[in-house]
Amino acid sequence: MRELEYPFDAGWILSNRRKIKKRLLSSDANFIEKKIAVLGGSSTANIVWILELFLLQQGIRPVFYESEFDKYYEDAVFSNEMLKQFKPDIIYIHTSNRNVTAYPKMADSKEAIDVLLDAEMQRFETIWNCLAEKYACPIIQNNFEMPHYRLLGNKDASDIHGAGHFLMRLNAGFYAYAQSHENFFICDINYISADYGLKEWADPFYWHMYKYALNVNAIPYLAFNVSNIIKSIFGKNRKGFVLDLDNTLWGGVIGDDGAENIKLGLEEPEGSVYFEFQKYIKAHKQLGILLAVASKNEEENALAGLNHPDSALKPDDMVCIRANWDTKDKNFKDIAKELNVLPESLVFVDDNPAERHIVREQLPGVVAPEIGEAHQYIQVLDRSGFFEVTYFSQDDLKRSEMYRENAGRLKLQAGFTDYGDYLKSLEMRAVIRPFESVYMARIAQLTNKSNQFNLTTKRYTQSEIERAAENESFITLYGKLADRFGDNGVVAVCIGKIEGTVCHIVLWLMSCRVLKRDMEYAMMDVFVRRCRDRGMDEIRGYYYPTSKNGMVKEFYGAMGFAQIADEHGDTVWSLSVNSYIDKNKYIKAEENDETRGSV
Amino acid sequence: MKREEVFEKLTVIFQNNFDDENIRLTDETSSSDIEGWDSLEQVNLIVTIEDEFGVKFRIDEVNAMRNVGEMVDFILSKTTAKK
Repeated sequence: MRELEYPFDAGWILSNRRKIKKRLLSSDANFIEKKIAVLGGSSTANIVWILELFLLQQGIRPVFYESEFDKYYEDAVFSNEMLKQFKPDIIYIHTSNRNVTAYPKMADSKEAIDVLLDAEMQRFETIWNCLAEKYACPIIQNNFEMPHYRLLGNKDASDIHGAGHFLMRLNAGFYAYAQSHENFFICDINYISADYGLKEWADPFYWHMYKYALNVNAIPYLAFNVSNIIKSIFGKNRKGFVLDLDNTLWGGVIGDDGAENIKLGLEEPEGSVYFEFQKYIKAHKQLGILLAVASKNEEENALAGLNHPDSALKPDDMVCIRANWDTKDKNFKDIAKELNVLPESLVFVDDNPAERHIVREQLPGVVAPEIGEAHQYIQVLDRSGFFEVTYFSQDDLKRSEMYRENAGRLKLQAGFTDYGDYLKSLEMRAVIRPFESVYMARIAQLTNKSNQFNLTTKRYTQSEIERAAENESFITLYGKLADRFGDNGVVAVCIGKIEGTVCHIVLWLMSCRVLKRDMEYAMMDVFVRRCRDRGMDEIRGYYYPTSKNGMVKEFYGAMGFAQIADEHGDTVWSLSVNSYIDKNKYIKAEENDETRGSV
Repeated sequence: MKREEVFEKLTVIFQNNFDDENIRLTDETSSSDIEGWDSLEQVNLIVTIEDEFGVKFRIDEVNAMRNVGEMVDFILSKTTAKK
């Protein structure tokens, strides 16, 4: 729904929330259901309402548990049968500077203030540790917004007695905890309240009247922010930008004006705006965000622009450049296809409203934000939360590189008439092993991101993955694949659940990055061998159809399984462990680890 | 602004907020007459009314509003005072 995309009309959302919810629920989106516990230090009713809308918008259908007013500490620390039965997938702790137990007094010594600070940190750490232990799920915690008055004036920020200073130190303590706990995320209300305007955000009317820690009109901004963290945790971030060129990455029309006359660079104000925007876009590469160009231009002009001496973005920064006279939606679709990603995982950035319109209309689910004037592009894109960082894996660092390596493979493939010869020439090497701690983030990320080559589409949080890895009744495997062009990193994941002498494959997925490389064969060979080692007689595979995983409908059949049940398209497949014949021919697989000698 | 105009605008706000086109307001309409008009909804109504009429209520005023008629009176006193 366009109305829930940034920049949105917060007042409209608040007064139309019932209608919005109805509309979102009536869409045929494939919602994933998630249980979210909201523990509040102030009123949360409206926050939960609006959070639900933004989550539905992201394809997540939430079920909520809401703590009683100001019972966040009790709910977390003491035994709580209701919350236990609820089994939260995510816990959001909505506290504010009104929940700080005590602030320093002017007469307090430095030591006394340190004690005060420690006590407050202890209180919160107890909450987080208790929750982590009991529920083993991601926790989202507000940091503290700055106080709405300053007793010491400007000195409130720098003096150890200042409330502002004290909150700053508490925030630093929260961040230190976040840095050492992978499943703990800060909701930065300190930033969003400043962004909204602290005076408005902290309007005391809403506290005294309704016990809201923030202006009710600001709730959509808070809820949107929380929804971005949640959708990111569940792997629903976008993956890249598709960028227009003329009047988007530089000022002017390069085909008419010539490369030397476009507005770009620090010499004059207009060019400076575009230069800063280019730097902003380029910085996304560090996050593994893919950059591509879709421009109505002659290709040579497009390249001339990107090779402009003041262009921060160079042709090499792009994983794909489409400069031609086709329609934008066609180019957009082609880019998604070439990168092997779903169109809706890419964000369309174009200054032209007509082009945004056609892309939105032709490609449902694709966002084409209303980016405003050139100097506002960064503001709008940045606040949209498309690429909210939660789990960050080593893979993210090198993603662009991997996509470029893929282009090299495509070229190589074109030179072969026999596909087997091509696979051989790739000199593929795989590492296939039980889950290891260094890869937990990436494995969890894959279970949430993979839609197409995914048999059960079961989603896992990192803590669930860690628990499966430790549990003796599971067989877990991850697969890494490298070849002469580079390392693809972890691309395949499976989990089998042992019951007696039958192993049920509850999760089997592969990244589309390595389609048609026979990696699934290498994985199955190892998986079957491990089942045999564990004394299994039978392996059962399950296929649950979704709108996106049609490509693996016959996967188990191709692996030599026999279909034994079909219930409305949900199929069950069986393989007798002893009848399996190894299938991998082209990949050299390593599976050394402590539990199994070299093979 | 006339009393009738305020009523008209207010009716639209109520219909929208409760997503119910059948809502009709009288001076006596109070929270017990409309399903879902709880304290949570009260917050939303006040915020929407403030926004639509360009007014700001005080805490004692919000507390004193027992029915729609009193709501209208407060809105009227504020919109006329502004002119």
